[in-house]
Amino acid sequence: MTATFIHPLTGFIEKTFVITEFELRKLRHDFTELVTRALQPALWLLIFGEVFSRSGAMHTGNIPYLDFIAPGILAQSVLFVAIFYGINVIWERDLGIVQKFLASPTPRAALVLGKGFSAGIRTLSQAVVVYGLSLLLGVKLNWSPIALLNVLVVVVLAATLFSTFSLIIACIVKTRERFMGVGQVLTMPLFFASNAIYPTAIMPGWLKIVSHLNPLTYVVDALRTFMLAGSTSSFGLSRDYAVILVTTAILVFIGARLYPRLAS
Amino acid sequence: MSDIVLEIKALTRRFGAFTAVDALTLSVNAGEVFGLLGSNGAGKTTTIKMLTTLLAPSSGDARVAGFSITTQAVDVRRAIGYVPQAVSVDGSLTGYENLLIFAKLYDLPHGEQQAHIREALEFMGLTADGGRLVGQYSGGMVRRLEIAQSTLHRPRVLFLDEPTVGLDPIARDAVWKHLVDLRTNYGTTLFFTTHYLEEAQSYCDRIAIMHLGKVDALGTCKELEASLGGGGHTLNDVFVHYAGSALESGGNLHDVGAERATAQRLG
Repeated sequence: MTATFIHPLTGFIEKTFVITEFELRKLRHDFTELVTRALQPALWLLIFGEVFSRSGAMHTGNIPYLDFIAPGILAQSVLFVAIFYGINVIWERDLGIVQKFLASPTPRAALVLGKGFSAGIRTLSQAVVVYGLSLLLGVKLNWSPIALLNVLVVVVLAATLFSTFSLIIACIVKTRERFMGVGQVLTMPLFFASNAIYPTAIMPGWLKIVSHLNPLTYVVDALRTFMLAGSTSSFGLSRDYAVILVTTAILVFIGARLYPRLAS
Repeated sequence: MSDIVLEIKALTRRFGAFTAVDALTLSVNAGEVFGLLGSNGAGKTTTIKMLTTLLAPSSGDARVAGFSITTQAVDVRRAIGYVPQAVSVDGSLTGYENLLIFAKLYDLPHGEQQAHIREALEFMGLTADGGRLVGQYSGGMVRRLEIAQSTLHRPRVLFLDEPTVGLDPIARDAVWKHLVDLRTNYGTTLFFTTHYLEEAQSYCDRIAIMHLGKVDALGTCKELEASLGGGGHTLNDVFVHYAGSALESGGNLHDVGAERATAQRLG
């Protein structure tokens, strides 16, 4: 076969989308997953959100509490779905699938980022669920196309970020049991040390510092700004995007270095 | 350029104090069917992992299709196909989709992808099943699809790690028929490991018997049988002679578990 020269960057982008495409093709045969995932945000919004909204215990300024947490719950459900993504990689390692991909000339970073994107696109269903519930609960949403598009982009990027983080954990621990343990340990601290269900303003000083180091905080801030009518960003949208993109890039780099460990 | 397609030089891999592959030196000719035999834990899988660039050697090197596994890994990957011992196709995709993804990953030109896939399915006797989910395939069909997937890009060397483990005799014969066809039609060199001596006897041009990380015996089946002297020896005698002492000690729980899991999925 004649080998055609392919620019590394073009090759990388092309291969990333090949991986994403086939991860998404698997979804066609696997719809139950999407339905069961819808349950968690529904519980948080309908029960937790409603109760705390009535109690008036949370001071969220001029935004009603339900409006405040709707973007937070979207970010949370993205986190919860993405953080366990690595289990698929461990499953593929126990079969021989990871080994076969690694023995192919595909750039490692494309394998990692392609999987991350597919996790991102998978979590878009969560955005649909949260928007539906928000409508039902009377949350004042921003329906401008630009805002909606930004919500989609932030959701995909956030899921890419956390699923790549998850993949890194999978590459380190390598077994399902240990992975589930680590996953459980990480999700709640990431969630609670963020502005998802309460503003950072009411946090004790140490938690405030931790929350500012937590990428989820910037995801929530961006989602809140784009989702809600008349909302402004606490950190500035460019900082939100910068934190999310830079963190993702760093994680993809680390993931690409660690991914071959799954085959050895 | 000689017709040596695989040249292994003092290839060594240590895991802590344990030497899994110990200064392995070996060459394989283009178009050869080469069998690597040995008991569990002899170092066969570690050898294949190094040759397919999945595992870095501790020392030594190998040239696959002229490329070094240590310094030209990406070129090596383009030149080889690999069928791991465990199941390496995705059950939640169709046979066709499993092939399509590899056609794209190996940069087959867009115009040729469909023809290659059709030909590969036909070659492996899977034409009627390309549109079915692989989760519904039988063990023998899964293996044939894996071979189709690993040979879409016409690799010069195809590495197979226990390609027939867990298959019934009829499925094993079918897999071998297709492997031999690959060599006949495309000149693909086959480098494989197996536990089944009769397979090695029937299909290999040459055999290496590995024991504790080293090659203890190398040659054609007849040469190996003759090497014991006295005449009337079978390949089984040869195997026991060279590797027999390790049959009880080889392999750990993880290896055995992985092998049985594969057997179960395919069976």
